[in-house]
Amino acid sequence: MTQQTTDAPSRPAPAAARPAAPRLGRRLVDRKWFVIVGGAIIPVIVLLTWHLVSENGIVPTSQLPSPTMVWLALIDLIERGLFWQYVAISTQRVLIGFAIGATLGLLFGAIVGLSKLGDILLTPTLGALRAVPSLAWLPLLILWLKLGEESKITLIIIGSFFPVYTVVASALRHVDRQLIEAARAFGLHGTRLFGTVQLPAVIPETIAGLRLALAQAWLFLVAAELLGASMGLGFLLTDSTNTGRLDRTFLAIILLAVIGKLSDSLIGVFERWAVRRWT
Amino acid sequence: MSTSTVAPIAGLGEVPNHAYGVRFDDLGRAFPVAGGESRQVLRDVELEVEPGEILAILGPSGCGKSTLLRIAGGLDAPTSGSVTIDGAPVDRYDARCAVGFQEPRLLPWRSVAANIALGLPRGTAKADGRAVVERLIELVGLAEFADHRPREISGGMAQRTSLARALARNPGVLLLDEPFGALDALTRLKMQDLLLDVHAAAPTTVLLVTHDVDEALQLADRIILLGNDGGAPGADIRQTVVVPGHRPRDRGSAELAELRGRLLDGLGIDRHGSARGVEVTKTIPHYPY
Ligand SMILES: Nc1ncnc2c1ncn2[C@@H]1O[C@H](COP(=O)(O)OP(=O)(O)O)[C@@H](O)[C@H]1O
Ligand SMILES: [Mg+2]
Repeated sequence: MTQQTTDAPSRPAPAAARPAAPRLGRRLVDRKWFVIVGGAIIPVIVLLTWHLVSENGIVPTSQLPSPTMVWLALIDLIERGLFWQYVAISTQRVLIGFAIGATLGLLFGAIVGLSKLGDILLTPTLGALRAVPSLAWLPLLILWLKLGEESKITLIIIGSFFPVYTVVASALRHVDRQLIEAARAFGLHGTRLFGTVQLPAVIPETIAGLRLALAQAWLFLVAAELLGASMGLGFLLTDSTNTGRLDRTFLAIILLAVIGKLSDSLIGVFERWAVRRWT
Repeated sequence: MSTSTVAPIAGLGEVPNHAYGVRFDDLGRAFPVAGGESRQVLRDVELEVEPGEILAILGPSGCGKSTLLRIAGGLDAPTSGSVTIDGAPVDRYDARCAVGFQEPRLLPWRSVAANIALGLPRGTAKADGRAVVERLIELVGLAEFADHRPREISGGMAQRTSLARALARNPGVLLLDEPFGALDALTRLKMQDLLLDVHAAAPTTVLLVTHDVDEALQLADRIILLGNDGGAPGADIRQTVVVPGHRPRDRGSAELAELRGRLLDGLGIDRHGSARGVEVTKTIPHYPY
């Protein structure tokens, strides 16, 4: 009849908050060095294979430039002062487009997720717009906004808007009703309710949405720079293909991979912190 | 209650004290079910709760105890009849009430202390609020866990946190839905005493849902038994029992034993085993029934 187990702390008391007590042996996969080394194994193998295959002439360099050639292309680009310019302009486009797109995504996600009326009015339209493939916007954007920065940034805005909007709207709809009711019963409503319950409840999902949006922003950047750009990593990609500089094509692809991964890791750190803090 | 236990709670009484009467007037609640029909859960509930009274609500599981409590707090609305607090109709999420839900319903990202602080009435001065929360944490025995998150404490501790949050409101009507259900036997006795202490120091009206007859007999001034008579659908008040004697009550008294028997009969528990011709003493039920 007694339910002793229910009232005993499920975790150790604060004195032993982070217990060394029961020594659960740290497994290899939990060790930091192993995570880093493990993640590097495949890239290193790929690099070595690539090196061997191209140096030994198994595949002609006109089809597959060697790592050394790509490296020299990088040095060349740096020496001509183009490298930082390209990286900077692409990063700038991504950041501006991402900032605007994510903000709009948060705003519309909040409207749709919190208000029944907003949901009814906006969901069908935004859902249809989301179904349009990104490249389909490009001719229109160029027609309306010409080939300047606006058309490129607008495309990136579109790209980063939808992941944030979708995730935030759905997360807000699924905030625990019982928590909201309890908070209302304790007198919270409107913005105070939002700030106390709904916003904290969706922070982890929101950051996951931002992460998706940033990845999407880099994808849309290349689409935007494919046409009518004179600088940037997407331009490097198309320009080098058109002029037959396959080493630069490889360089552009590698740079996009590395920079995309770096920016993703930055948000990843933020995300882990947020999950710890808000759940 | 001994003065030593009353004294530390006096700090809670800095907020003006109030206790409101609650009146259920021919109240009914039906929930819509599939096919456009509706299912009557409560009917003809007629009840006047005095200011400062502790009323226990007993009844079998699913008979509408929580629903009645939610209606009193403005979390749900009756489909017929009405409910008033202090003579005025109940508002949506009525500010005169505080609710201790059947589930703890704590904000997972807030510490135990910050969750309790959520219950403080709007406009409480920071320092006062901190003092009240600190006191309550101590009273519910969670001082060591003030900075813990809900996921780091047990179910019973979460329920005590939830109780403290409701008490922090110092409400005119305190609505408690099985507040001691997840507690072990010893902690339950302590928390029952705590509730009585708080009530003695700051008399408020308490509506307490429970499925434990002994708990009702220990705590309440009056007990109502909800149930269905097998006739019309929906539960109404089957029995009203005024509990004699002042608290704390002697658990062994013959008078309470007699009342316990009547209430258990009302709950459909065959205490005397007479129908089956079983000997009396063997079948006295214990919680959980
Ligand atoms: N929001 C709701 N919608 C439909 N039915 C409900 C709702 N809330 C409660 N009920 C029904 O009302 C009945 C009484 O529920 P409840 O008041 O929670 O019972 P108790 O607290 O006595 O166990 C149950 O049969 C339940 O299914
Ligand atoms: Mg219930």
